Amino acid sequence: MAWLMPLDTGGFEAPGVSSFDFPPLFPGAPWLSRYMIQAVVSVALILAFWVIMARKNKLVPSKGQYVGETAYFFVRNSIARDMLGHDFRTYLPLLIALFSFILVNNLYGIFPLTLLPTTSHVGWCYGMAGMVWFIYNGAGIARHGVWGYLRRTTLPAGVPWYMAWLIIPLEFASNILVRPVTLSLRLFANMFAGHLLVLVFVLGGEYLLVNSDPIFNKIAGAFSLIFSMAIFGLELFVQSLQAFIFTVLTAQYISSAIAEEH
Amino acid sequence: MLTAMELTGSLGIVGYGLGAIGPGIGVGLIFASVIQGTARQPEARGAMMGTAWIGFAVTEALAIIGIELAFVFG
Repeated sequence: MAWLMPLDTGGFEAPGVSSFDFPPLFPGAPWLSRYMIQAVVSVALILAFWVIMARKNKLVPSKGQYVGETAYFFVRNSIARDMLGHDFRTYLPLLIALFSFILVNNLYGIFPLTLLPTTSHVGWCYGMAGMVWFIYNGAGIARHGVWGYLRRTTLPAGVPWYMAWLIIPLEFASNILVRPVTLSLRLFANMFAGHLLVLVFVLGGEYLLVNSDPIFNKIAGAFSLIFSMAIFGLELFVQSLQAFIFTVLTAQYISSAIAEEH
Repeated sequence: MLTAMELTGSLGIVGYGLGAIGPGIGVGLIFASVIQGTARQPEARGAMMGTAWIGFAVTEALAIIGIELAFVFG
């Protein structure tokens, strides 16, 4: 029975937080890591995609133009216009840039040459969520003025005056303080946990198949490697969904910041 | 033959397992309502799915923050 319970882990190093540490490529430049290279390449790819799609537009679209128009109309109609209403045009460039940047950087996680989502490094998510925080607060202040904006976000219409002492700190914490934290952590942790899941199935399966002797372990390792394909499929779904969710929530925060009182 | 099992590891992962119960129930409730709504009014499916994804993301954030805390305190 002992071979059924491989408690002795042998030389296997379980993937963990250290799997996300990559040394800088050059000793003199600590900021130039693998994440930075991936992000810069993604910006170049996205720029090339949109520039090529926007060039030579015809009334009857070619196949390439059709792809670009579908991607554009997806963000424009089902995210920006649904969430922001009639003044969605101001924020459409921001939403399209955010969506394509996050989508490409998430999809790096299943792209065979990179296999590491850039957004699994929390700094990128903090940066994007911080930018969104400045933009939606700035949009609200520009629309209503500082006091008008603070009053609208912290005191919803229709709250009786004797509940204000409870509602104002709660709404302030939830709308100003917690929003950027959850926005960044949601994206980061989804990518982090997803990449860790892939690592567990692939590295663990490989170790069981190659470096372990009992035949039961080899079968389990082979099954784990085959099943990792399904995990990649799940990751494809989660990565697209998180890019969508981040953009939708950005649009919703802006929309709630610039909304008139009902 | 089989000696008493010695398990080593982080208790934070057990805590995460407990913490994932609530968001699991929440996400289940969201999609149960979507299925029910779609069965009653199939043409409203698109509008319901849009709201459901946002609700799903907000609920799932609890479980996701839990897995991070399991790493932070683990």
